[in-house]
Amino acid sequence: MTAYLDNAATTPMRSEAVEAMLPFLTERFGNPSGSHAVAREARKALDEAREVVAECLGARPGEIVFTGGGTEADNLAITGHHAARPGPVVCTAVEHHAVLHACRALPEARLAPVGPDGVVDISALTDLLDPSVSVVSVMLANNEVGTVQPLADVARAVRASAPDAVLHTDAVQAFAWLDIAATAADADLVAVSAHKFGGPKGVGALVVREGVAIEPIIHGGGQERDRRSGTYNVAGIVGMAAAMQSTVAERAATVARVQALRDRLADGLLGAIPDATETGDRANKVAGNCHLSFAGVESEALLVLLDGAGVCASAGSACTSGAVEPSHVLTAMGVPADRAVGSLRLSLGTTTTEADVDLALEVIPPAVDRLRSS
Amino acid sequence: MRVLAAMSGGVDSSVAAAMLLEAGHDVVGVTMRLWEGDVEGTCCSVTEIDDARRVAQQLGIDHWVFRFTDDFEARVVEPYAAAHAAGLTPNPCIECNRHVKFDRLLRRATQLGFDAVATGHHVRLRREDGRVRLLRGADPAKDQSYVLYVLGQRQLERCLFPVGEITKADVRARAAELGLRTADKPDSVEVCFVTASGGREDLLRSRVGLRPGRVVDTKGTVVGRVDATELVTVGQRRGLGIGGGERRYALSIDPAAGTVVVGGLDDLMSDCVELTDLAWVDAPATGHVLAQSSAHGTPVEAEFDGSTVHFAEPHRRVAPGQSVVLYRGDEVLGGGIAR
Repeated sequence: MTAYLDNAATTPMRSEAVEAMLPFLTERFGNPSGSHAVAREARKALDEAREVVAECLGARPGEIVFTGGGTEADNLAITGHHAARPGPVVCTAVEHHAVLHACRALPEARLAPVGPDGVVDISALTDLLDPSVSVVSVMLANNEVGTVQPLADVARAVRASAPDAVLHTDAVQAFAWLDIAATAADADLVAVSAHKFGGPKGVGALVVREGVAIEPIIHGGGQERDRRSGTYNVAGIVGMAAAMQSTVAERAATVARVQALRDRLADGLLGAIPDATETGDRANKVAGNCHLSFAGVESEALLVLLDGAGVCASAGSACTSGAVEPSHVLTAMGVPADRAVGSLRLSLGTTTTEADVDLALEVIPPAVDRLRSS
Repeated sequence: MRVLAAMSGGVDSSVAAAMLLEAGHDVVGVTMRLWEGDVEGTCCSVTEIDDARRVAQQLGIDHWVFRFTDDFEARVVEPYAAAHAAGLTPNPCIECNRHVKFDRLLRRATQLGFDAVATGHHVRLRREDGRVRLLRGADPAKDQSYVLYVLGQRQLERCLFPVGEITKADVRARAAELGLRTADKPDSVEVCFVTASGGREDLLRSRVGLRPGRVVDTKGTVVGRVDATELVTVGQRRGLGIGGGERRYALSIDPAAGTVVVGGLDDLMSDCVELTDLAWVDAPATGHVLAQSSAHGTPVEAEFDGSTVHFAEPHRRVAPGQSVVLYRGDEVLGGGIAR
């Protein structure tokens, strides 16, 4: 058997999403931008999907911009608003690369430090703010360690010290676990990605609250009210909406169930493996994240052993070559390098079962032991 | 056997993996990421990793990427730059074999339960009476035994070099038969990280700085100038800023003093070379040997007394820092670094 414990990388698609998409991959192939019957049928599906997505994100339909995924949504938020109102951009040191690199590509990026728990230091963030700041970007939940950021506190600091700045939040890792409508209510821009909650890859959305200016980063036919050109990915958008709807409907139950599984997994591993530490404060993490580090172990080797034993896990974030890169998140949290190289991220999801946890608990302690003793 | 096949994305290691599979081994491919950045044509570039992965997929084996950039920097690149700064002529491929491929990777392989590591090097192994002998590759033009003299029994007993048994032409033919995408890839000729750094000059300029020097003859008279003593190698004739007259060669380099001493061919010839950092494939050897002092150099008759190689005929001075490898027939005995 295989235990898939890499849901922060991507999730299996929900059957509702697949079924919702199929007609748009076959007979309902229309381009929603047209005016004839075939186009209108696609338009209807798109309009319905937009309403669902807006509802699930606590936004109005006109505030939703569909994108080609989370990275594009983050880039559109940061680069797009910066183009409309230039100025320094501020983000935390633990942002996903989609935010971090988008900020660094602009003339002035300021990085806010985080504490050992991975939570942004509000007073240090405040020190980076001034009225010239264009965008402040603080993720809702971290992709590596699962830490949830205090967005309301961040928003308060931004309104007080940089009243003209917009607040963007990368909610890509949060949607499966948190009520975005409530937790991201203070953000002007909110990015999500469908494949992190049972939807298809290659589609995401950005909430752009009314009155928030953004310039497009992709130019063309003027779709999405001139904010994101390109023919609609109708099947993807419909699939995302279906996955969102199911996720929201089941969220409370899923969180309770997965949190119990995660706690059993984390406590089991911490109990069975000496010199193992949990990263961050579990009470302040999304339910699906279990991030541990083992002294005297290289995660690159550990992942190979786990893979061979049927456990799909990760050391942190994936990269193009497949090699394990040093984690900027752990570095920012002050995790010593010798500890960071032995990190393991087990990310659970809606499909995770007791049997997955059993397998992980059976396989991981002897694998760590083997690496330590050879 | 469970074999971890190091796959660089080149044709030799691709065919090595294929041959091991044909021989019935349980094979997993691995590409080592040794260098940051992404430069075309070096084995750490995404293109090369892609090639290695595609070959592994074609062969139906798993493929991993291991990141050994820390060891590569500390054990290969940094010492390389330091050696040039000290007027030596280092051989980084040998240090990579010593510290990365046949140490770090081999340890990782053992940790993960592999019985052996295989590479695409052109050398042959012969296992007799519990000992392993290291021989030149079957294709004399492609023999790579020079860069593997640092391997002892401890390493060799866990190594496999399948393509060393066949010629390069056969390697390419096998790759073509198997339809491997690497069949027609050109051989790599330069040191990987030197290519990736924009050449030796750029690499050394950024790492240790380049300092101009005076070129003096054996009597101490200044006869020319060089832009960078760090780029001069003992035995070098061109680029010393001395035109005309008899041929003159770099005899010694002293970067601290900023001088390069030059002389004629007679001055360049030497009877012997003293070796340090001796490494032996098996037991240390003395007596009559064949000595080879560059990767594709001609082996010459010599006597080794345990620390110094005495050439039978006068031999061009071996640049300090270069390895001298000692053979008996086609068999590698060991070697050391010229002092």
